[in-house]
Amino acid sequence: MTDVTTQPAVPAQPEGNAPPSVLRVANISKEYLLGQGLFGRFGGAKKASLKALDGVDLELRRGEVLALVGESGSGKSTLAKILVGAVKPTGGDVHELGLAEGAGRLERSRRVQMVFQDPYSSLNPRISVGSMLAGLLRLHRVVPPGEVRAESIRLLNRVGLQEDALPAYPSQFSGGQRQRLAIARALAVRPDVLVADEPVSALDVSVQATILELFRSLQDELGLSILFIAHNLAVVQHLSQRVAVMYLGRLVEIADTAEIFSNPRHPYTRALIDSIPRMSADSFTDQFEVEGEPPSPINVPSGCRFHPRCPVAVDRCRTEDPSLSPIGPGHASACLLAAELPVYQGVPALKTALPALKEEQ
Amino acid sequence: MTEAPLLSVRNLSLGVQRKGRPTTLIVDDISFDVAEGERFGIVGESGSGKSLTLRAIANLLPAGVKVLSGSVQYRGQGLQGMPAKSRRRLAGREIAMIFQEPMSALNPVMRVGEQIAESPRRHLGLSKAAAMDLAIDMMRKTGIPDPARRAQAYPHELSGGLRQRIMIAMALSCSPKLLLCDEPTTALDVTVQHQVLRLLEQLCEDTKTALVFVTHDLGVVNQTCRELGVMYAGEIVERGRVKDVFADPRHPYTKGLLDSAPDFDQPDRELVAIPGFPPNLADRPDGCPFQPRCAFAVEHCATARPRLADVLPGREAACFETARIFEGATA
Repeated sequence: MTDVTTQPAVPAQPEGNAPPSVLRVANISKEYLLGQGLFGRFGGAKKASLKALDGVDLELRRGEVLALVGESGSGKSTLAKILVGAVKPTGGDVHELGLAEGAGRLERSRRVQMVFQDPYSSLNPRISVGSMLAGLLRLHRVVPPGEVRAESIRLLNRVGLQEDALPAYPSQFSGGQRQRLAIARALAVRPDVLVADEPVSALDVSVQATILELFRSLQDELGLSILFIAHNLAVVQHLSQRVAVMYLGRLVEIADTAEIFSNPRHPYTRALIDSIPRMSADSFTDQFEVEGEPPSPINVPSGCRFHPRCPVAVDRCRTEDPSLSPIGPGHASACLLAAELPVYQGVPALKTALPALKEEQ
Repeated sequence: MTEAPLLSVRNLSLGVQRKGRPTTLIVDDISFDVAEGERFGIVGESGSGKSLTLRAIANLLPAGVKVLSGSVQYRGQGLQGMPAKSRRRLAGREIAMIFQEPMSALNPVMRVGEQIAESPRRHLGLSKAAAMDLAIDMMRKTGIPDPARRAQAYPHELSGGLRQRIMIAMALSCSPKLLLCDEPTTALDVTVQHQVLRLLEQLCEDTKTALVFVTHDLGVVNQTCRELGVMYAGEIVERGRVKDVFADPRHPYTKGLLDSAPDFDQPDRELVAIPGFPPNLADRPDGCPFQPRCAFAVEHCATARPRLADVLPGREAACFETARIFEGATA
């Protein structure tokens, strides 16, 4: 394999055995003001606001795939946009570790690149693949002008496409191929971090597997750090090393992948796992079925924001707002009852579901 | 005495005919039966023809797509040749449909309660007030909180999950015998999807409604259906009980599909993608449509077309080599 990106030196921070972080957000918030209509403006009425993100701390470690999961309105896409600099946070900081002092906007945008959900709308239909890549390579001066074409071909090969794609336009490609193009575009500037917002949810299953494989090889061979936003937990389980669960603008649980699925310590995480339509288990596991839908982020419930849907909520949950606190090595949960939750029974990896099914029939 | 099955699709072919051009075959000669109270799932990827098959049953084919041959029979009556008037008597009363996108399927300028009440008024002859009571009762059954107040809402005032519940309430308001579902939960969040699927399961159980459930999600079909048809390039390539097919697929495409989907219960399994692409329907291969992508293809797969045939008790597959591939492998 040809190594397309050469990583700029990230200062090694020997802290325990965890790899150094490449990107960290501290107490990040994003608030959108609503109702600034005509009457609001003249009447001086109190403005409603939508807190898309409410104090999120998260670090992305070098070379890891960190999955960000949550339902609509949880703020995962807003966080992604803040990371790539497309949206300004209203509070908190983004620390880009390893960025040279006084680096300009171009350098910042180079470091963190994004792959979007819909490969049909995220590629410009009127720009050929060759000029899309060449434009980026020239703007960022990734390679000397004479090598732009060779570099473009290397990028295409890296994502599993051939040289003949250069003169073609996005409309000539299938969904999976377009997602490869989007990934090649992101890789062109040799980023340190890839933010992928639901990159496989618009694709068919058989194509999805090839794109997941590509992400994995990018991580292995190029040492890319990937923030992978998804709602499909089975996909997350296959790809990521760590999982962060978001609910209504907050991080509610974070842990290593194996840990979070075998020992979830937040009722919402359990509900998510129990909601996965299983391919081999017999029927729904519904120990932790939640009622209702995620409330609107305009009107966040008091106390713990999950309490109205939580099957184990107690009185305390209605008034106390739990913060994300460590409950084990590398494992943190924002639940007042995190330590008291019953042992999780739905551990999928340990269940041998198939023989039991055959007996039943 | 053998009774006609509730729904019987026989040798159905759908296609697009344009002047001066060859007909493009989209659905090619498919047959299946759905018995009363049965839950039949159709899975396949985009372009496999699964949604069009469902729309053909509902007589809602998009302009340009025609039934080229074959028939759809409901309790032994052909639905194609039926006069519009008798069809209308069936639609809503006996056969109902739930669409993927509730926002585009609901009338945006009509209160949801009235939309649910419309069908009972028409088909069951209920008075306006009685129909509204029934509508509110249906909304309660679908788990909508505060149904009397919500009945006064317009679709845009409700969330996606509530809208989908309204669609379900609407579809089930006349206790139909057959419910057609076109990816009803694809647009919903996972926890809400879970609720909606359970609700569908429960309500169908209560009213003995048969389901034809189209989806691309293998997990969803496992949770909702008992029988399964796997579609590829407009053909049913495998048919059988969901659990049996998943445990022991007998068509290379089904196997490929199962191997490429991440399974939460087998986190360590490698995902294996199916190489290549589905065929261009305007330019179908002569032989088996899966042959260009199939790892097991032999010479005659490229020339002759395999038909669905019994391979196991209660299982059919359209593959010449199924015995060699799967019995050799499991022995």
